[in-house]
Amino acid sequence: MEFTEQQIERYSRHIILPDVGGRGQKKLVAARVLVIGAGGLGSPAALYLAAAGVGTIGLADGDVVDLSNLQRQILHTTAHVGKPKVESGREMLVAINPDVAIKTYQTTINAENILGILTDYDLILDGSDTFSTRYLVNDACFFAKKPLISGSIFRFEGQLTTLKPHDGFPCYRCLYAEPPPPGLVPNCQEAGVLGVLAGTIGVLQVAEAIKEIVGFGTSLAGSMLVYDALEMNFRKTRVPKDPECLLCGERPRITDLSGDYAVSCGL
Amino acid sequence: MVKVRIPTPLRTLTGGKSEVEAPASDIQSLIESLNGQFPGLKDRVCDDNGEIRRFVNIYLNEEDIRFLQGKRTSVKDGDEVSIVPAIAGGVHPGDA
Repeated sequence: MEFTEQQIERYSRHIILPDVGGRGQKKLVAARVLVIGAGGLGSPAALYLAAAGVGTIGLADGDVVDLSNLQRQILHTTAHVGKPKVESGREMLVAINPDVAIKTYQTTINAENILGILTDYDLILDGSDTFSTRYLVNDACFFAKKPLISGSIFRFEGQLTTLKPHDGFPCYRCLYAEPPPPGLVPNCQEAGVLGVLAGTIGVLQVAEAIKEIVGFGTSLAGSMLVYDALEMNFRKTRVPKDPECLLCGERPRITDLSGDYAVSCGL
Repeated sequence: MVKVRIPTPLRTLTGGKSEVEAPASDIQSLIESLNGQFPGLKDRVCDDNGEIRRFVNIYLNEEDIRFLQGKRTSVKDGDEVSIVPAIAGGVHPGDA
């Protein structure tokens, strides 16, 4: 494909970057990225993916916009309250960059629908807010051999890692073998989160995604970045591939998505 | 003394402190020593059998102790230990 004059202008600050260039920008335009959750993490992530010119962006979220979302979910506006998040998301993304094709999935991701959805994408961003979805997405991405950029936030802390178990790197289960058992999660109510923390981690997910698509820099595969907004520090820990991992280890016990993923709430 | 970084959900036990110090020779004795200073901390990090919970990671400097010698990983003065539990959006294990 050749860029139009408008595209050359729109993406000029990428194109003049030595590590991206015209070739890298073409990879971005050809890329298909699925954002799971159009909430705190998915909002800034989708905005920057669209701005960067990622050609196809999938948005999966079954919720409607609630007034309490707007403190951090910047894909939605006051006028969108009560509307499906994927619809307000589509509106905003198209407004930012009409070149981008937006596909929406107004549904909760589950074991029945996830593999079908993943087929159409090269890379997945997980911005889900429950352990059940997080483990399901991890397992499905492993079976579908799709790189997964995982972000999660809690109060003032964020975690970020790139998972490519099909490529010799660890998966989320290598990092945390199992979700917490039901008894340890007293309820599923929001525990509170600093709004801008979602922005920090969501945007960092896109930085990882762009590096993965274009192929430059050092990936977080094999490491985890832990951000503490209170202390304002970022620390990196090593995440080795676990040979005992139930999913991607030497003797896997999880061989499909038929397991029980609905354990994290416990109520 | 070993420096220990405390994650947000456990700071209710440390009077809000994000970093504490404790004397210890290995991770096991560190957990006991922390629990002496901050009662209840061990229950949050370990299960009923005293094993570190599978959604809680402990790092010695940058390394996950599961891939060192687990609870028997030795620590020395000046080491930095981090407790990093899994988080998922607004829901956190053990956060009452």
